[in-house]
This record gives sequence, C-alpha cells and structure tokens, in this order.
Amino acid sequence: MNASPPTPPALQPLHANPWLTRTVRIADVIDEAPGVATYRLTLDGDTDPAAYSFIPGQFNMLYLPGVGESAISMSGDPTRSDGWTHTVRVAGNVTKTLAGLNRGDTLGLRGPFGAGWPVEELAGVNLIIVAGGLGMAPIRSLIYHVVHHRNRYGHVWLICGARTPEALLYRREYDLWRQHDIDVHETVDRATADWTGQIGVVTTLIDRLRLPHPKQTQLVACGPEVMMKYAAASGVRLGIAVERTWLSLERNMQCATGLCGHCQLGPAFICKDGPVLRYDHIRPYLFVEQL
Amino acid sequence: MLTLVPSPLALRFGEGSGERFYYFDKQLHMTASSPTLFFAKPQLQALFNELRGRGYCVVGPTIEQEAIVYSELQSVEELPRGWTDEQAPGQYRLKRRDDDAWFGFVVGPHSWKKYLFPPKATLLSAEKTETGWAFIPRAADSTRYALLGVRACELAAIRIQDQVFLNGPYQDPIYRERREQLFIVAVNCTQAASTCFCTSMNTGPRCERGFDLALTEIDEGFLCEIGSDLGRDVVAACSAAPATPAQLQAAETARQQAVDQMTRHMDISDLPGLLLGNLDHPRWKEVGGRCLSCTNCTMVCPTCFCSSVTEVRDLNMETVERERVWDSCFNPDFSNLGGSPVRNDTASRYRQWLTHKLDSWHDQFGTSGCVGCGRCITWCPVGIDLTEEVAAIRETPTP
Repeated sequence: MNASPPTPPALQPLHANPWLTRTVRIADVIDEAPGVATYRLTLDGDTDPAAYSFIPGQFNMLYLPGVGESAISMSGDPTRSDGWTHTVRVAGNVTKTLAGLNRGDTLGLRGPFGAGWPVEELAGVNLIIVAGGLGMAPIRSLIYHVVHHRNRYGHVWLICGARTPEALLYRREYDLWRQHDIDVHETVDRATADWTGQIGVVTTLIDRLRLPHPKQTQLVACGPEVMMKYAAASGVRLGIAVERTWLSLERNMQCATGLCGHCQLGPAFICKDGPVLRYDHIRPYLFVEQL
Repeated sequence: MLTLVPSPLALRFGEGSGERFYYFDKQLHMTASSPTLFFAKPQLQALFNELRGRGYCVVGPTIEQEAIVYSELQSVEELPRGWTDEQAPGQYRLKRRDDDAWFGFVVGPHSWKKYLFPPKATLLSAEKTETGWAFIPRAADSTRYALLGVRACELAAIRIQDQVFLNGPYQDPIYRERREQLFIVAVNCTQAASTCFCTSMNTGPRCERGFDLALTEIDEGFLCEIGSDLGRDVVAACSAAPATPAQLQAAETARQQAVDQMTRHMDISDLPGLLLGNLDHPRWKEVGGRCLSCTNCTMVCPTCFCSSVTEVRDLNMETVERERVWDSCFNPDFSNLGGSPVRNDTASRYRQWLTHKLDSWHDQFGTSGCVGCGRCITWCPVGIDLTEEVAAIRETPTP
C-alpha cells in the first residue's frame, strides 16, 4: 500500500464553501416595467475586472438579511467588468424588499451558479431565441454574447412575448440588436391602443418562421414553463432536433449547489445541472404532473 | 476565472469527463494489514477512555424514551446492555434479552447523519455595519466525533452521504469538517430485525470497509478488525491479543445469524429505471391514500439530505444568522414554481421520495440512496413498506 494518502484536488473557495456570501452595493437601478427593475451590483474596493465574469444563463443568489435569498439570473453583458446586472420582478419577500432599497444600499451575493447557455454548442448554426416575460433577462446576456461574437452564429431570430407592450423588456435595445443582424420579433397577449405589432402567444410566431435549414438550427427558450413546453414543441414541428433545443427551467432553490434537494425535476437538480437543460434530457419529466 | 465542473447529469448522458475523488479513501489510510484481535468485554471501556483522551466526543447507542438512540456517552455503562429491539412495519418495541449482550439490537430512530449533517446548523451570519451588511462565515467546528456501534448499513449510508456532500462539484463545509475528523468503531450485526433488508442492497450485514475498527460480539468478548493506522494506535490501549481460531469461528457464526434471520427482500434488478419509467402508475395514488405525509421516513433515513435555510434575526435586525435545518420532500411547500407548490398531493410527494431514493439517486450520485436499514418501514406510522411498493409497481408496470 502507498505510504501517504491521496490528496484530493483543491477546490475554489465557492466550491469548498458555497455559503460564502459577499457584500454588494447597488450601483444603479433602471426601472424597466411596472414592478421590474434592473440593478447593477458592485463589490466594494478594488476589484479584479474578472470578478464579475459569468456564463450567460447563470445566476447569483441575492441575499437580503432577515428576509431570505433568491436565485436571480444575470441579465447583463458577460464581458462587463463594472458589476453584475440583474433584472428583478417583485414576486416574493426577497424581491419586494430589494425593490425598497436604494442606490448605495448593500445586500449579499453568492455565485455565479448553474449551467448557462451552451454558447459553444450554439455557435455555427442558425439560432431561434424565444423569451417570454421576465425570461428575457437571462436571454439578454446570451444576446450580448451573440453580438460580441456575431460571426460565429448564423441567422438569429429573437422572439419576445409578454402580457402587455409595457411588459416587453429592453425594447430600447432592439434597434442596436437589429443593427447586429438579429431578427427581432415581438408579440403581446393583450394589446394597448398604441400597439401596432403582433398579438398572440410566441408559438404563433415560431410556427410562422420559414427555416431554411431546420437541421442546422437550434432553439433556446426562457419564460414561463408552459410557454417553453409549447415553444419546444413548435421547434420540433419545424424540424429542430430535441438535442438542439435548450430550456432554462425554474424551481425554488436554496443552496444553488445541488445539496438542499428542493429544485429537483426527475434526476436533474435545476440549480446545478441547469438552469439551462437540453430538452431531450428533461422532456420525460417536464410533462408529468406534479413531478 | 470560471471553472466548469461537469455535473453528474451531464456525465450520465456521456458528456464531459468526470474525475471524482473519495474522501472516504483518504480518511482510512492503512499502511499494513493487521490480524483480527480479541479483547474481553470490560476492555471496551479502555477503548472508550483512549478515544476520550485523544479528544474525541464518543457517541453511541443508549436508551432514551423507550428507544435505542445515538447520544454522547460517558462510559460503556450507558450502552443498552441486555436489551433488544423488536421491529415491524409501524412498530418498535424494546425488550429484555435473555442474555447480557452489549450490541444485541439493530438500528433505531436515529442515524449517524445527525453528527455529520446536523439537524440544525448555522451557515453564516450577517451584521449591519456603518457601511452596510457584512457577512461573517461560520466559525470552524472543532468537535471530533468517535462513532461507536456503526452497523454495515450505516457505513454504507455514510459512504452515500460522502458522495452527496463531498464528491460533487460543491462540498458542504460542515459535513467535510466533521467527516475529516471522524473515528468509526463499527459493530457487526449478529441478528436482524424483520424490517432489515441490507442483503438485498448489498450493504451488509458484514462491515467490510470504511471503519477504523470493527467489532464482532461473541459471548466472551469482542473480536476487533483494524481498518486504519489510527484504529491500530487506538486499540493498542486495550489489552488485546490475536484472536484464536475458535474465537474467529464463533464470530463468523454470530455474523451468519444476522444473514440467516433476514426475511425481507427487495428486488433491485430493474432499479434504476423501474420507478422513473412508471411515473403514472396507479400505485402512487393508492399509496398516497395511506401515506400521512408526516416526514418520518425522511427524518429517520440515514441518507436523506434535504434541508432548508431559515433566517434567525435579533429584534433590532442588526444581526441575522442563516440557519440550515433538515427538510423533507413530504412538506407541501418543499418544491414550488412561481410561488405555488409543485407537489400538491401526497401521492406526488411519495412518488418523489421513492423515485429519488431508489432511482434518480443513481443518476445523481452513482449509487442507490437506500441501504436497506428498514428505518422508514419501522417508523412509518401506517407501516408503509417501500419493498412492497416497489414490488407492486413491478407487478403491473404501466404500458
């Protein structure tokens, strides 16, 4: 037998203690829509520019002491070195408390966690990006990535849906994205008087797409679970393979590292194996009621 | 720099290459094998003293509230000597033995996970300062536990929790701290309860690895196998001699008794797969009608690891502690989506528990989550028996 025991590889601090929480300060707040705001969060002191790096689709755990923690995906540009950007809708206690904070206030942050969009696997093909409501937040990080590496991707469609025109996020940036040859389509469930665009669910727009090469096309979606199921099904009807379809799922998370058990869907821990999961991996479980 | 760690799910689907390491192997390092020793029963106190002298908190079986539980022990006098446990689905009774055996029982409502994965633990604290919130990591825990009386199924359970808490991309720091300092005195079972089925799960009854020392009780004393260098040092404090062939034979006979008494069986030939392949089986609804969703099975299970974090704050809201407590997939709000519970009925919660335990656990951790200890059968107030549920689903698989 060996004389000395094997030494396990050293883990990065967050992997050795996933509860390590850092203080972040609200650097600025942008109101996006009723009850939705985008926060830029920065670490105090001299910060390594790489400190804010993440993979589009990943999330941080935002912690409001005494209230709790919430998993919020990054909605900003992954190459930015001046903070993390999170777009948050007031939904529960944590997000409600966050909405009451001001510029300069502090909170806790752990992360980044999770498997993001498979940016390498998505490269080299046409891409249909489907976003529903607040699902646009992690999608925007992906769009920034695509814009930065535009020549690596083929035709890119962005299909955004929301309940009302004012709930469509980041419309101010559409023009910029179009300049980068992103084919932006939008639709709403309920129109207002000044709305001249599409009305209806996102799948209607997907179904109408004329795909030159469905086999060379991938589909990614983030939004309400029911929307993603239909979007994936529409993609399949267009000839997009289930292995080339990616969904960003959601469940309540507490640890963000697959250790607390809450976010399981079948064999997947949404926090650790996801939130972005390949459709064929998760499809057997996605349609089972109360799983 | 971001490092991408392949997840077990990705590994399962053949993507990425996962290199895993095992704390377990690191723990129990042994430079040379040693012969099995024998010592007389009173010598167990010497072992006890040695462990306490080395700074260990010795925990082991003792009687509390008419059950054999695990608790901190001061001396061997606190062991449930001369007692046994009678177990059946939904039933547990202590009974006097007709002999004076020191370890003449199997497993009770406690498991050793309460020492490695404490039911309540502080993760970190937050303090309000002039410049905002400051976060203080939890203080290191220096308690060193020596577990006395760990059965083969329980060694397997610790192995499984090692896999959960130490061998994935993220580690649980509390578990790691306690695990690294752990000393294990295993005890081979010499009898089985009616609820035991470790032979089906290939986890027992023989303690084969993962201990510092392993005892087998015979009438005249204990046989002691050495599993680590540390174990060899510790047992040197007892007046022990190499076991005689007669003693070795007596120990073998005693251990065989546990095998022979095992009546419960679970066929695992189609696990994983059977349960995830039968998510719409009518049996879930049927067992959901009997299950009280009381969470007992998950609390007594030596491998269940689900937890929740709660906020514990002072009145001024200036100091807040984040406290982790055991949770259970039988709690209605355990899983939710957009604020609404995902598993509304008991049937869906039982299905989650059993499919996770016996099926998806394999995908996640490369092992079953069940060790065949039978606790969930005994401590279920309505006597639901998972071996029966599995058999029923196998009987009439959904097309």
